Amino acid sequence: MSWLLPYPLLTAALLALWLLLNQSVSPGQIILGSVLAILAAWMMAALRPQKPRIRRPVAVFRLAGIVLVDIVRSNLAVGTIILSARKPGLNAGFMTIPLDMKSPQGLAVLSIIITSTPGTIWLNYDAAKGTLLLHVLDLVDETVWIRTIKGRYERLLMEIFE
Amino acid sequence: MTLAHDFPVWAAILVAFFVLGGSAITLVGSLGLLRLGTFYARTHAPTLGATMGMGTILCGSALYFSVLETRPVVHEVLIAVFITLTTPVTLMLLARAALYRDRAEGSPDVPAAERMEEAPQRPESAENRSEHEEPAR
Repeated sequence: MSWLLPYPLLTAALLALWLLLNQSVSPGQIILGSVLAILAAWMMAALRPQKPRIRRPVAVFRLAGIVLVDIVRSNLAVGTIILSARKPGLNAGFMTIPLDMKSPQGLAVLSIIITSTPGTIWLNYDAAKGTLLLHVLDLVDETVWIRTIKGRYERLLMEIFE
Repeated sequence: MTLAHDFPVWAAILVAFFVLGGSAITLVGSLGLLRLGTFYARTHAPTLGATMGMGTILCGSALYFSVLETRPVVHEVLIAVFITLTTPVTLMLLARAALYRDRAEGSPDVPAAERMEEAPQRPESAENRSEHEEPAR
């Protein structure tokens, strides 16, 4: 079975993409989409990317929910800073966070979560030391940010990927 | 497909609320580009439009076409997925390029590179430039 589906998640995602783009779940589109998705996964196999192992699928949905809530909350926080602060960006600053996660997929997801959340941006990850350099718009208390990133995101990502 | 004047009022109000709300959030983000002081602080502002602004406008779009075509239209979710995956890459690229340049110029405002391999070579012209700046003070 693994020769047919070297990357089952990728194949499933491509099939879903095809069906959404065509806005149809007719048998013809499912067959065409499956053939294209399987061919694309074979091409991907030629690049031999590292295969992520998702250990706890339930945690994926919990993480997605947490991130969605956090994005809405940071939108409000950053919007308030931009509109109401007399000199916005006065509290902005750099900070370093020690990370325990080593999984490249987990780090990639964490970088997207941190950067797409308004108010924080991922700058540099030092793989030898395991430290992450961030820029934060509202840097009043570093411990709050460390608790958010390590406690809310990193713990769940390690459950998923490690 | 029905004509626009057949569009129910409740849906029109909801769609207008979503689209205007999303545009307002994106406008606040753009205002942030104007108001924030440093480059790194400005990188935070456009994410408003790329997250919640995009989300609410897409909700409005999905609702409008679902009501108009009387079937669920959800392929807007693809726009959300691809914007969420690609915007952070651009922002990280810009911010890291700025950090690299600031470190190369020896700017005191950014944290120094922790390891030597990370630190870009100081350009030779840096010393010349400081000499040029002396008479100005």
